[in-house]
Amino acid sequence: MNGIHDMGGMQDMGPIQYEKGEPVFHVQWESRVFAMFLATGAWHKWNLDAFRHAREVLPPADYLRVSYYEQWFSVLLELLVRRGLVTAAEIESGVPAPGAARATPPLTADKIPAALANRIYANRDAQVSPRFKVGQQVRARNINPVGHTRLPRYARGKFGTVNRDHGVFVFPDTNAHFLGEKPQHVYSVCFAARELWGTQAPEKDCVYVDLWDDYLEPA
Amino acid sequence: MTTTRRDFLTAAGAAMPPDPSHAHQHEHEHQAVPSDPALRVKALESLLVEKGLVDRAALDALVDAYEHKIGPRNGARVVARAWVDPAYKTRLLADANNAMAEFGYVSRQGDHMVVVENTPRVHNLIVCTLCSCYPWPVLGLPPVWYKSAPYRSRAVIDPRGVLGEFGLELAEDVEVRVWDSTAELRYLVLPERPAGTERLSEEELAALVTRDAMVGVARVVLPSSERNP
Repeated sequence: MNGIHDMGGMQDMGPIQYEKGEPVFHVQWESRVFAMFLATGAWHKWNLDAFRHAREVLPPADYLRVSYYEQWFSVLLELLVRRGLVTAAEIESGVPAPGAARATPPLTADKIPAALANRIYANRDAQVSPRFKVGQQVRARNINPVGHTRLPRYARGKFGTVNRDHGVFVFPDTNAHFLGEKPQHVYSVCFAARELWGTQAPEKDCVYVDLWDDYLEPA
Repeated sequence: MTTTRRDFLTAAGAAMPPDPSHAHQHEHEHQAVPSDPALRVKALESLLVEKGLVDRAALDALVDAYEHKIGPRNGARVVARAWVDPAYKTRLLADANNAMAEFGYVSRQGDHMVVVENTPRVHNLIVCTLCSCYPWPVLGLPPVWYKSAPYRSRAVIDPRGVLGEFGLELAEDVEVRVWDSTAELRYLVLPERPAGTERLSEEELAALVTRDAMVGVARVVLPSSERNP
């Protein structure tokens, strides 16, 4: 989706707002949103790609204006209802529906250390052949999917070199929409700054982008 | 979908009863929408706990872990070890996951870490243009500037200008490599060890290493008081 989240290469977004000695959370509720998100994720009713996409489809003006953890809160509510953990009526009333069975939380405090060490399960042991080799010239495909994608606009149609084969990973474009994992190789692809931004870019500078097989074609 | 999401936010606000112990009496009453996100978040937490969807002690433990245990001190220890132990540095650059697991920071099935090394000729910079991907196990949660539009938008098109805003000027002949975290690979910069630190212990070295240096927006510097005479 060509949304506001895909902002690599945009200009005039203002100076970087650096905060010295920044706390991990600025107010307490941010930490509760963060923790609720990780804890409800243990129900495996959604995945990281679905979460990212739910944030991407926030109204563009809100995406720029609303604080990071307010966005998370909005996305959390959306996923809780859409994936059936909570009903809209329960959100509205603030209490469980009459007669609703009480569940048992999958993530309890004693399981936190193990859960933290296994945060992302995105690589797969599936035997999938790589379509490209390290050192090969490739071109990022010029595609404009309306759903989730991790191929940034600034790289589309550009030529690069496969720098490293990271192995087999879940494909976000399908996984975000619960359409299957479609495991495939992910490569670190090196794009010269001049290929991306033109001749005014420094000659030796480059941008490395991690791209899936389906995003690439032979150069 | 957009309207629905806004409705959820509004509904969550409406979900805050004036007194949780009387929530049932109020569930069909219209509530004014509290503007305070703290109230809306608290209402959701109560609901999730009451439904048995989350364990409140688990929430507390998660917050504690990211506020007090998982942060840039982890990454700093990895960097300091790489500076003093060439064999460790080789392992770290070849297979960061297993090298970091020596400190207990990641497991084999955890994040997929890649460490990129700064040298006098190469400077690395980490960004996530599409969202906020960041190497949690070794740096903790990202600062606001890392997640915000100014950094995300310009880090790829004008990395030298971005570094200039952080007070870091690079010579023209230095190659700038920007790593955009578009997949589940998570990058950490191995900064250059500053000159004059030959006599420092691994622990003293780790104390010099900053979050910013491991993202690539700063160098590691030796405070003037610690420089060798």
